[in-house]
Amino acid sequence: MTTTSPPYRGGRAAALDAPPAPDTGPAVEVRRSTVVRGQADVVVIVGAGAAALSLAAFLNTRVIASAGFGSFVVVAYLAFLLLYGVLVSLQDDPRAVRDRLASVIVHSLAAVALIALVFIVGFTFWRGREALPHLNFFTTDMQRAGPLDPLTVGGIVHGVFGTLIEITIALIITIPLGLACAVYLNEARGPLPKFVRTVVEAMTALPSIVAGLFILASVILTLGLVKSGLAAGLAISVMMLPIIIRASDVVIRLVPGSLREASLAMGAPQWRTVWHVVLPTARSGLTTAVLLGAARGIGETSPVLLTAGFGASLNFNIFGGPMVSLPLATFTFSQSPEHTMVARAFGAAVVLLVLVLVLFALARALGGRPAGELSPRAQRARAQQSQQDLARFTERDQMRRMGANYATS
Amino acid sequence: MTTVVMAPVPGPDSPAEPARKVRSVAGGADRVFHLSLRGAGLTVLIIMGTIGLFLFYRGAQALADDGPKFLYVQAWEPSSHNFGIATVIVGTLLIAMVAVIFAVPLATGVALYISEYAPRKLRRGLINLVDLMAAVPSVVFGLWGFYFLSEKVIPLAKFLSSHFGWVPFLGIRDADPNNPLEDLTIYKSSTFIAGIVVALMIMPIICSVMRESFTQAPIGEREGAYALGATRWGMIRAVVLPFGRGGMIGGTMLGLGRAMGETIAVYMIISPTFKIQPEILRSGANSVSSLIALKFGAASPFELSALMAAGLALFALTLVVNFGASAVIARTRSGQMT
Repeated sequence: MTTTSPPYRGGRAAALDAPPAPDTGPAVEVRRSTVVRGQADVVVIVGAGAAALSLAAFLNTRVIASAGFGSFVVVAYLAFLLLYGVLVSLQDDPRAVRDRLASVIVHSLAAVALIALVFIVGFTFWRGREALPHLNFFTTDMQRAGPLDPLTVGGIVHGVFGTLIEITIALIITIPLGLACAVYLNEARGPLPKFVRTVVEAMTALPSIVAGLFILASVILTLGLVKSGLAAGLAISVMMLPIIIRASDVVIRLVPGSLREASLAMGAPQWRTVWHVVLPTARSGLTTAVLLGAARGIGETSPVLLTAGFGASLNFNIFGGPMVSLPLATFTFSQSPEHTMVARAFGAAVVLLVLVLVLFALARALGGRPAGELSPRAQRARAQQSQQDLARFTERDQMRRMGANYATS
Repeated sequence: MTTVVMAPVPGPDSPAEPARKVRSVAGGADRVFHLSLRGAGLTVLIIMGTIGLFLFYRGAQALADDGPKFLYVQAWEPSSHNFGIATVIVGTLLIAMVAVIFAVPLATGVALYISEYAPRKLRRGLINLVDLMAAVPSVVFGLWGFYFLSEKVIPLAKFLSSHFGWVPFLGIRDADPNNPLEDLTIYKSSTFIAGIVVALMIMPIICSVMRESFTQAPIGEREGAYALGATRWGMIRAVVLPFGRGGMIGGTMLGLGRAMGETIAVYMIISPTFKIQPEILRSGANSVSSLIALKFGAASPFELSALMAAGLALFALTLVVNFGASAVIARTRSGQMT
């Protein structure tokens, strides 16, 4: 991450000249402003923009017949690039022109990508507005609701509970196994951990449908479990495991070696070092790793599609019977041609998005700090602990001194 | 195993002391700790290793029945012993290619913006936004693609096919763009639309790999470029992009791997075809994962075996791409710093 701003942009170096230093004595140097975007740049940008809009409007209404809004935007953008380049080249050399144009292109690419992503989420919320105001949408399942029923009948409570149950199963499996494996990658030596790390890295992009196929092939077809919530939870675990291991591995690797060595030098065995030093230091990052893994796992459709089966009713039995998750419900509803079912699909998608958002916000609130850096609250707790230790030590010293006095007297 | 202690180096004034042998004895609790850690590591290894094995075991029946035909037959009728993955593999690659072509410029733009152009205060928020987008479920992208994008993209598809039809893949043979009553469904549900949606899905992952490697470009070299009079773009071209090249290639390959494995969004958008469809703007596409999602529901045991074999092919393909990606990233300067 740089903090430097370019000292030279284009041919105008005059603004950078220092004010003439007074001759008398070592006066305090006036801080120079290195801001290089002046009023002239703003005028150029605004001018090019206005010209481009007018040109595009002219071309789109008079020259190209029957052109839509999309072509207007594209023509205006290209015209802006051209005009801006020409305007800059009137005052500056070609290098500055390239610099300005690159800046415009980077800004616009970033804007397009970010707007598109935000728009996708916004679109889902907008289309979900039909189903969401109905309270029954959150309290009933689809057992009594056919495809033709209005939105006042039926809901997605089975999907919500299915999702929560499946992600709980997946977390029960992946948290201990994933964290232990991440610790193993960092604390053990030899060729085996390296090999495990390579395999895990390759598996982070395991297609989720392959995870579903794997559970279908192994647990359901070979071991004979029926399609159920448990199988779906296992499939999600297979998918989440490499993600969690990889992220935790990176976090644990950032724990300073000096902390570990200090603990070992105090004579602590390795398990105590890991339990009391390494894991607490990396706690924030580990939380993030687990929550982001859960956010990915919660949204996956295809493993659940292959392993959980589809049903319309609420099911708490993880060993049998179809257990629908929210993404699967969204997917199935959206395959229906009925308008109300599509509205339900968007409603379920909104609930799913909210779940993911909550997990993500939690991950950022609880974690996201580099290893060893504390939140204000944790810092206060540390300080308090330290005060207590100090009080304890002084008390002990006093007791000792009194004991010594008693012995000598 | 517990402690690594260097033997004391004999100083200049001390008589040469024979190096002491350092041996660390792990305590009982530590031994249990190590065993359980190794157990966890091996469990993960076994789970990951058996994925391929189980797919092969279940798919072997279909593979043995089909033989080499599995690789080149353009049909999927396992019940009449006429099936192969030629269509779906080509379809998967085409969708992934379209996705990468759209995603890489966007991801580069966002990554450069975040690492070089964005104001410092915005940076953290933007990184969070991109990370959040990586967690948006694929079914949400699928809904957006089907209910919003596939309508809006028709003019663009029509424009491309009528003006750039001579470019390979972009032409549509029997389309008639001058006919105002033309049936526009020919442009719907195509590889192109699926590719755009997948592009938006893989953009965040490509972007975060690129951003990581861009931000690691050494500050000394950046300031050196500025000191030599480079503009900001000159600095980026001379320092940041060469430094981050490994991240760019590796991130792109990671994105490619993701794009090939994407299931639900693709399934929701395309209308499946079982002939190789090189005209990406024309309706009809297919991919391995959407084939599995489409056919598994009503599959007989033999058909399921054929689907397992297709899954195995997809698995092998993504593994090759991912191993390639991590090898590329590890070989470069920016990759070695992480």
